[in-house]
Amino acid sequence: MALQTQTKTETLVRVENLRMLYPVSTGIFARARSFIHAVDDVSFDIKRGEIFGLIGESGCGKTTTGKLLVRLITPTSGHIYLRVTQDPSTDSQGEQFVDIATLEGRALKEFRRNVQMIFQDPYESLNPRMTIFDIVSEPLSIHGIGSVYEREERVAELLSLVGLTPPESFLFRYPHELSGGQRQRVAIARAMILNPSFIVADEPTSMLDVSIRTGVMNLMLDLREEFGISYLYITHDLAVARYMCDRIAVMYLGKIVELGPTEEVIQNPLHPYTRALISAVPIPDPTVERQPIEIKGGVSKPIDPPPRCRFYERCPIATERCAQSDHPPLEDKGHGHFAACYEI
Amino acid sequence: MAYPVLQVENLTMHYTTRKGAVKAVEDVSFSLEKGEALGLVGESGCGKTSVALTLLRLLPENAQFLGGHVYFFRDGSDEAHARRAVGKPVKVLLDGQEHQGRLVGVDRSQLVLDARLNGRTQQIKLARDGIARIGVDLTALSDEEMRPIRWKGISMIFQAAMNSLNPVYKVGDQIIEAIQTHMPMPIPEARERVAQLFQLVGLDRQLMDRYPHEYSGGMKQRAVIAMALACDPDIIIADEPTTALDVIVQDKILREMRQIQKKLNMSMIYISHDIAVIAEVADKVGVMYAGGLVEFGPAEAIFKNPIHPYTKALMSAFPSIKGEKVKLAALPGEPPDLIKPPSGCRFHPRCPYATEICEREVPKFIEHKPKQHAACWNPLT
Ligand SMILES: Nc1ncnc2c1ncn2[C@@H]1O[C@H](COP(=O)(O)OP(=O)(O)OP(=O)(O)O)[C@@H](O)[C@H]1O
Ligand SMILES: Nc1ncnc2c1ncn2[C@@H]1O[C@H](COP(=O)(O)OP(=O)(O)OP(=O)(O)O)[C@@H](O)[C@H]1O
Ligand code: SF4
Ligand code: SF4
Ligand SMILES: [Mg+2]
Ligand SMILES: [Mg+2]
Repeated sequence: MALQTQTKTETLVRVENLRMLYPVSTGIFARARSFIHAVDDVSFDIKRGEIFGLIGESGCGKTTTGKLLVRLITPTSGHIYLRVTQDPSTDSQGEQFVDIATLEGRALKEFRRNVQMIFQDPYESLNPRMTIFDIVSEPLSIHGIGSVYEREERVAELLSLVGLTPPESFLFRYPHELSGGQRQRVAIARAMILNPSFIVADEPTSMLDVSIRTGVMNLMLDLREEFGISYLYITHDLAVARYMCDRIAVMYLGKIVELGPTEEVIQNPLHPYTRALISAVPIPDPTVERQPIEIKGGVSKPIDPPPRCRFYERCPIATERCAQSDHPPLEDKGHGHFAACYEI
Repeated sequence: MAYPVLQVENLTMHYTTRKGAVKAVEDVSFSLEKGEALGLVGESGCGKTSVALTLLRLLPENAQFLGGHVYFFRDGSDEAHARRAVGKPVKVLLDGQEHQGRLVGVDRSQLVLDARLNGRTQQIKLARDGIARIGVDLTALSDEEMRPIRWKGISMIFQAAMNSLNPVYKVGDQIIEAIQTHMPMPIPEARERVAQLFQLVGLDRQLMDRYPHEYSGGMKQRAVIAMALACDPDIIIADEPTTALDVIVQDKILREMRQIQKKLNMSMIYISHDIAVIAEVADKVGVMYAGGLVEFGPAEAIFKNPIHPYTKALMSAFPSIKGEKVKLAALPGEPPDLIKPPSGCRFHPRCPYATEICEREVPKFIEHKPKQHAACWNPLT
């Protein structure tokens, strides 16, 4: 616990006004003049050793945000700063922030080693022609770490930790010879093997049952305690978010609409979207009838949204002011609990 | 009156690997009634997907089908189904009675069956008046004969939802093609049908003309659900259909699916690791552990009074958004090795109720309480 209090004040990643627009062609003759606003002016920061959760509607831009943070895609605009001990461009020593968009050469390689992503879809992201051993140990061989024997040892250890036991049964199988949840755990083991300092975990346990998921979540928490790893943790499961995350941000159509300490946001949601979301969480008891808050409509359109509040069409408490004004700013409503809504 | 649409009996299937056979499906039996939703739950890697693939005969090359029967029932008046069943092992349900045998012939008014009665094979004739239901054993069909059953009879929403879309075609066109193949209709009509399905699963209809890579994870999952609904199948098997969806969309889709199911009197098998989802949708629940079905029965009974210790473990220790935040613990012990599964009851190394017999002998799957079956030597009360 000492580690938590000591390190969680220091910012590791700072995201400023991040924007990712995808062009869409709207007709046969039209060149792209419309855009999907996948991530639209998003700012937040993640502290060292912090697990920062990202939740929100399907298609709201969570994966896109994650991919931007590991530099798999380049933002349309905005900045992502990472704290490093040495500036690659000036070689000056001492802690400072660098814009990850500017990294190249040795610094980029170092970044790739320290920052890992666990992808949402374990059916798409594992190379079908590689064995589980090759997949999990690949980061070690890319960075030339350890002998073959040491690598096998380390891979076996990690496979047991994620519940793929006994590891010998799995080492030389291919991804298509594993179940969905087993593939997901292979992806987790791969991301962990280099002891990175920052992991983007995109729905890493969505296919796991409670018991195995609990094991994997505890493993991630332990590694955080031990090595001070920071996470951007994307999930649909609010119970998981509550268990794992120190703070969470709620996204809606490319915007962060609420952000704060996890317990605060879940027990005392401010934004109407977050409230609806929390009321819709299923309860593991067939005799209980829930009373979910209804929100209008069902289909959200991220293409060229009008400037007003992104939630306006579906909001149960929208007023005339919401119709006339721009999207509301994300404001501190007290104790680091931010929300973007005029009616709070 | 309730009658079965699917009866699975003693299904067994192993995968061959370098390290030995993975015993993924071991002697699994259950039945599914018309209009009913069955939830299949169990730990990651316990064989849920394998059961579905085995009964649909969609197994990979290294799979060995080792036995069992899958009876798929339709009305006796369905001509194509009756023709398909000729020469095959069948079960015929007539006036509350079950007749089993090989179907040797059908004509307009009757079914002729070679049935085994009192140890002898006898030919019997059954009236074919629409109340008779013919269940054909899918394990006896050729690939050719299986094909029409896969979309219109039993359609499957694969766990690899995101991989079941072809990356080079527009998503809408893929669904239109599926409809065209199985229920020929003019293109504009099929297109309209797809638009309606898109609306049902909460996708903007403009998305029909976009490619899979332009979809988010949850959007692909919804497109695949729309595709499974496209041909009005008798049974839908949904393998983790909502893992990539937020709770609002999940809630909406599960409710819509439940409504369609009720309206069309369709049957569903939901495969999920998520007890909460199963609690929302299932009438009956089947619990799997290490390749076997360990408990089966009405959802409420299983949630309230589980018989099998594994079921009980599965139902407790659930992370919640309510109440105090507690440190969660995984089940003690390791997930079982399906290449060398534990002897006797496969759960014994992790079971707090295990006694000496559990290690030695496989417990029988029997009815312990009305309609509630379980395989355990020391059933919980
Ligand atoms: N390569 C792309 N080209 C065009 N549009 C894209 C592309 N990738 C994503 N999008 C769009 O950007 C938006 C955000 O997608 P993203 O994958 O980030 O959503 P998400 O929040 O991760 O959703 P989910 O929870 O369903 O995975 C969606 O509308 C999606 O259709
Ligand atoms: N093609 C294959 N070859 C060898 N083993 C396989 C193959 N496919 C699956 N298995 C193994 O069979 C077992 C059952 O797999 P299955 O996919 O049915 O599990 P599941 O219950 O669906 O799990 P999950 O919830 O993780 O998807 C697993 O232990 C898996 O490793
Ligand atoms: S700003 Fe207005 S429309 Fe937007 S969430 Fe708040 S009340 Fe609703
Ligand atoms: S048979 Fe024995 S080991 Fe198996 S679940 Fe029952 S009590 Fe436990
Ligand atoms: Mg995503
Ligand atoms: Mg599966």
